[in-house]
Amino acid sequence: MAEKIREFFKTFLLLELLKGMAVTGRHMFARKITVRYPEEHTPQSHRFRGLHALRRYPNGEERCIACKLCEAVCPALAITIESEERADGTRRTTRYDIDLNKCIFCGFCEESCPVDSIVETRILEYHGEKRSDLHYTKEMLLAVGDRYEAEIARDRASDAAYR
Amino acid sequence: MMELYASIVAIGLGMAQGLLGPALGTAAFTLVKTSVLIMLIVAPLLGAVAYLTLLERKVIGYMQARIGPNRVGPLGLLQPIADGIKLVFKEIIIPSGADKILFVLAPVITLTVAMAAWAVVPFGPKVVLADVNAGLLYILAITSMGVYGIIVAGWASNSKYAFLGAMRAAAQIVSYEIAMGFALVCVLMVSQSLNLSDIVNGQARGQFADMGLNFLSWNWLPLAPMLLVYFISGVAETQRAPFDMAEGESEIVGFHVEFSGMLFGVFSMGEYANMILVAFLTAIMFFGGWAAPLDTPILNFIPGPLWLLGKVLCILTLFLWFRATFPRYRYDQIMRLGWKVFIPLTIVWLVLIAAWMQTPFSIWK
Repeated sequence: MAEKIREFFKTFLLLELLKGMAVTGRHMFARKITVRYPEEHTPQSHRFRGLHALRRYPNGEERCIACKLCEAVCPALAITIESEERADGTRRTTRYDIDLNKCIFCGFCEESCPVDSIVETRILEYHGEKRSDLHYTKEMLLAVGDRYEAEIARDRASDAAYR
Repeated sequence: MMELYASIVAIGLGMAQGLLGPALGTAAFTLVKTSVLIMLIVAPLLGAVAYLTLLERKVIGYMQARIGPNRVGPLGLLQPIADGIKLVFKEIIIPSGADKILFVLAPVITLTVAMAAWAVVPFGPKVVLADVNAGLLYILAITSMGVYGIIVAGWASNSKYAFLGAMRAAAQIVSYEIAMGFALVCVLMVSQSLNLSDIVNGQARGQFADMGLNFLSWNWLPLAPMLLVYFISGVAETQRAPFDMAEGESEIVGFHVEFSGMLFGVFSMGEYANMILVAFLTAIMFFGGWAAPLDTPILNFIPGPLWLLGKVLCILTLFLWFRATFPRYRYDQIMRLGWKVFIPLTIVWLVLIAAWMQTPFSIWK
């Protein structure tokens, strides 16, 4: 009986509704979690897997030796490599294409590379207006590598301790 | 500010009468004068409707730990204008089997009715378009007409889903109107008047008001259960969360499924105008209208209409707060609440108030 009376007052005084409103009312003054994107960014790991790049040695020689491990490991079949013997007798790629429409950014190509040539950078703000804009050729990938080499090298160095 | 607005209007009208009165004749002048006054109410109202949508998105955003729209203009202040432009340029699709005239007429009815009720709403002492004696009755009558907009919308869409949605929405509105009406009967019993200005003035009298504690003499205290019933019915009446079945597109289809572009925009403008109306009426009937909460010179210095607007803003925030807090009612729960809780409650309270008024302890003399 007492239980029923308590229930009656609880219902008619709308206690539970007021409790709910107290929760939302508190949140009204809570800290906002919105990241105002173009002006603010969320923190990024040095392992971030973004746009690909092909690296060079400090003397300017390209690292890639056309072993085609990345092409073999790529689960999305996004990488296409053709190779030839160069005049100095080394094996080099004549074609190194990554189709970013297919790429799933798993990072296997980077893991498989014996000479740390193909890497994924932190760059995520790139776009294409046509499908073919996202078809990256060897020249484009080398250009990305040349441009961001400092950052790429820094990220590899900070990850080296865990490998 | 409102009083300034009203006095500017009065001076303008006086000058206009001097200039135009002889040229136009009395009847034509009255027509022009009334049209101008109507514009002076409707234009700020539409602005309030637009900015209420922004306030809603901001308040709900803040309650969800977000910051809400902030891209269009400083603090997102131009967002309602951008939304309006977008709606105007969207295509209006009229279903092939629809009754074209009624289909376009339905949102117009909704908005017209939502606007027409404002004729008798007093914004301050003497600041009212039509000071009718049966103001409350007029409001009840006009707001009940809103259900036609919904029924016609559902019928003209030539869609069984829209029609069923219209039936549900209409049943909901009609049910809550009864409870709402009974709650208002209590108010008019204690104020002995149907005139909204008299209802406000009546609340400024009483034992507490004589002591300077105006806010304890307002109707909300002796009629607290009726305030709850009235306000919750008002939320249900305007189809707002948690009674917004018509908008619960993830669970159930509402009467305006077939409406797009500005036709839909007009429906939501009607909804927001009704929200503001319910907030105004709650402030007028239960919270002393334009009276300051304490009868002190400092608070009385703030003009009455500002008090009214402040109270209305608080009540409107409650509407938005509800939407951020409560999950949507199921249809049978809506009906249960309306018929099995509110109507018996209001009838019992009506009898209690009537009995109270006959005893020597009556506080309404």
